[in-house]
Amino acid sequence: MVSLGHYLTVSGILFTIGFAGVMLRRNIIIILMALELMLNAANLSLVAFSRFHVDVTGAPNYNAHVFVFFIITVAAAEVAVGLAIVVALFRLRQTTHVEDITTLRF
Amino acid sequence: MSPFLFWIFAMLMLVFGAAVIINRNPVASALSLVVSFLGLAALFLSLDAYFIGVIQVLVYAGAIMVLFLFIIMLLDLRAEKLRKINWIASAGGLAVALALMLQIFSVVGRSNIAKQSFPTLTRSTSDDIHRIGLLLFNSYNLPFQVIGVVILVATVGVVVLSRRESR
Repeated sequence: MVSLGHYLTVSGILFTIGFAGVMLRRNIIIILMALELMLNAANLSLVAFSRFHVDVTGAPNYNAHVFVFFIITVAAAEVAVGLAIVVALFRLRQTTHVEDITTLRF
Repeated sequence: MSPFLFWIFAMLMLVFGAAVIINRNPVASALSLVVSFLGLAALFLSLDAYFIGVIQVLVYAGAIMVLFLFIIMLLDLRAEKLRKINWIASAGGLAVALALMLQIFSVVGRSNIAKQSFPTLTRSTSDDIHRIGLLLFNSYNLPFQVIGVVILVATVGVVVLSRRESR
């Protein structure tokens, strides 16, 4: 039988993969993708808890679904702004490697 | 959902999630991310979250991944050349990530509710989009308006950022 702990463990492993990607990779686009993985790991545990807490009507707790909806919206806005910054940076420096970008002002 | 399907989709999601950060070619990473998100959408469906599963596919596998692929191809990024690896920084990053994973495992392993299986639903979840919509427009009306402003600000910000400097 699949328990709540299984979903939480899978979510934790996915979060760790994303975290390791942010720490280890030096390509700024891959770092953005790893951030998406971390946000989705949080979504998975939220939905698992919502399914776990069945309310009085016998349905899952839908507050978590609304929360996940907001997270997905914010993640979409974050990716749009982040990629626009990457494009602007690439125009100036012709690189997406974070170690080549060490100054705050060009 | 049967445990067999759970493990299939969980493994699919984790293996392709790891492929995202292992691949050296950004296009391969982006396509691995699509597969990983599809596995995650299947896990959402297994938790009776149909609406979330559908918008996961539409928004992530559809819109966001197209944006990623578009930018990668616009910038014409090749597979990165192997640079000199800073071993101390890499080992530190890996150690912090492993410590985080051990922490999550120990918390999940020691909690009592994590061992319980999911309670059965006495009500159909096929109308979940109806219930989420009611919540969204009643209890969460103000956050819903604010999120609209966030999207608007992001749109304007992206246009300003990507405009070419006119001299």
